[in-house]
Amino acid sequence: MTETTLSHPDNREPAAFTQDELGWLPWLEPFPVEELTERHWAGLVDASRAKSPYFLLLARDPDVLQARTKTDKDIFYNTSNGLPRAERELAATATSRANGCIFCASVHSRFATQYSKRRADLQRLLDEGIDVDIDPRWNAIVAASATLTKTPISFGVEQVDALREAGLDDLEIVDVVNGAAFFNWANRLMLSLGEPTPPGKTQPA
Amino acid sequence: MSAIIPDVIDHLVGIRPGSSLDRLRDQRPQARENAQKSYVALFHPEFPGDVTALERYAVAAFVAGLHQQPYVTNFYAAALQKLASAEIVDAIDAEIARSSAKGPYGRYPQGPLTVEDEEGLDYEVSPDHRDRLGSRLAAALQHAHLLVLHPRDASPASLQKLLDAGWSTTDIVTLSQLVSFLSFQIRVVAGLRALVGAFAVESTDADFVQIFTGALASGAV
Repeated sequence: MTETTLSHPDNREPAAFTQDELGWLPWLEPFPVEELTERHWAGLVDASRAKSPYFLLLARDPDVLQARTKTDKDIFYNTSNGLPRAERELAATATSRANGCIFCASVHSRFATQYSKRRADLQRLLDEGIDVDIDPRWNAIVAASATLTKTPISFGVEQVDALREAGLDDLEIVDVVNGAAFFNWANRLMLSLGEPTPPGKTQPA
Repeated sequence: MSAIIPDVIDHLVGIRPGSSLDRLRDQRPQARENAQKSYVALFHPEFPGDVTALERYAVAAFVAGLHQQPYVTNFYAAALQKLASAEIVDAIDAEIARSSAKGPYGRYPQGPLTVEDEEGLDYEVSPDHRDRLGSRLAAALQHAHLLVLHPRDASPASLQKLLDAGWSTTDIVTLSQLVSFLSFQIRVVAGLRALVGAFAVESTDADFVQIFTGALASGAV
């Protein structure tokens, strides 16, 4: 079987970080919807994800996709205790900004704005980058996320102490670690399997 | 194949049942369970497709090596040693040393972010090691290096190199998940170990001190 990459010569990739709703185009053929089996549907978790080329591409390895998605949901949506949702999204945005994932940063800065009502602060993080000065608590979350994003690993006791000084308790620190670590997973898939499209062009991934 | 470790992240951090960190992790039970299920799906897959165990562990040992976290590196290197010849193991070690770099670096689409472009190593496996590892595994290592250290440089051309080396579209999804998952797992381990370390420094929580000194005694730190 001959397989090739997909190219999108007419797409003008967004060249700046934004809170606008972007689309995403795959560089490899997504799994055909009409061939989805029970195992693929289980991998997609939510049937609505079968509309997304990103999730249909990942559905080629459905068991990993299912576990990935359930990990993601608990880290971000389980807000019965721990870090407020807005600050989990802040960690996701800071990580995406550090790795350079314009698509992921757009989605999660929008969520952070929705839950914090601090659109201008999020926009400054997108515009100025991870060294932006917002307030001590947000600065600590951004810095910890960006440090955890570095390779080789340099995250250590110093970053934990800084989060504590900013007022985070241990469960909140675990939430920052989980959120930033998860986006080191998500950014790599999003950046390497396709490209973002400008607002209003294609449906969002 | 030896029994699957029930919770690899606990294993790599040194978390004992009933400890404070165990209880903290239990506050996100689905994330905890599914981080493990991701590991199992990638390293003990029920449906492995065409990506071999040797390829999975060779790439894992390489990715862990680039992150320079000894306990994680040792874990995946030990797994590889059970599957691979000394020649392969040595080639992977040598390629880790040859290709180590500081990430994330890379370029943005031409525009306002161009000032943030950071040049870095565009890695290729040495010709000797390419012969030893085979072009399919060599291509996987090169792609793993891109994903770990400069993912924003990815392009359709990077994927074409994998296709040309015999990776199918589905194989590439599995490979991409494996490298990306490890980028997550290694950071969760690093973050939780830092938390354990912060407790040990305070020396007020006997529970954590016990974990930390236990980890020290096992030579895992």
